[in-house]
Amino acid sequence: MSYTALAVAAVVVSVLVDVALLRTRLLARRIFWVSYAIVFGFQLLVNGVLTGRRVVRYDPATILGTRIAYAPVEDLLFGFALVTLTLSLWVWLGRRGMH
Amino acid sequence: MAHLTYLALLVGCLVVTAPLELVLRVRVYARWRRLLLAVLPVAVVFLCWDAYAVHRHQWWYDAAQIVGLRLPGHLPVEEVLFFLVVPVCAILGFEAVRVVTGWRAGDESERHQ
Repeated sequence: MSYTALAVAAVVVSVLVDVALLRTRLLARRIFWVSYAIVFGFQLLVNGVLTGRRVVRYDPATILGTRIAYAPVEDLLFGFALVTLTLSLWVWLGRRGMH
Repeated sequence: MAHLTYLALLVGCLVVTAPLELVLRVRVYARWRRLLLAVLPVAVVFLCWDAYAVHRHQWWYDAAQIVGLRLPGHLPVEEVLFFLVVPVCAILGFEAVRVVTGWRAGDESERHQ
């Protein structure tokens, strides 16, 4: 599968895991989206350095080619899935009594 | 020094977010068991994805900008650290927003309500 297809699938899976499996209702909360907006800013910075300095390079055939701050747009989807799954699990553990 | 580029970026992420734990007292590192349980399963999944992508040559790393230590799946050690550092920073940011705004995330314990 191309990076594009995998990145879209990762976003769908991360949302499904939260909504249907862990059921934290995190995605309906203001705290999630404000946190994500802040993390997103830093993600652009870190990803921008990694891709702008060409620490990581991509096969042009596996991405759409649209770039934001040097990074392939797919990286933003990848980052959303990573952050969403992590925060969902963090909150789920808290709801299970782990503080 | 170029070999340290990627590693330095990750260390920078930890340094920049450290005041959230030390000054704002978000208690994320302090709750290390919960932190590990939240971060490790997701990291394993994403490392598998990373190894698949490297195997398929969808992306690769500039040998001049990594320390050169390779792990199973031909992944640079920095990639493993990336999937630990970035999620930890995300949780630190999330808890910082909670501390500053007082907004609820639905996981507050009864005694704190």
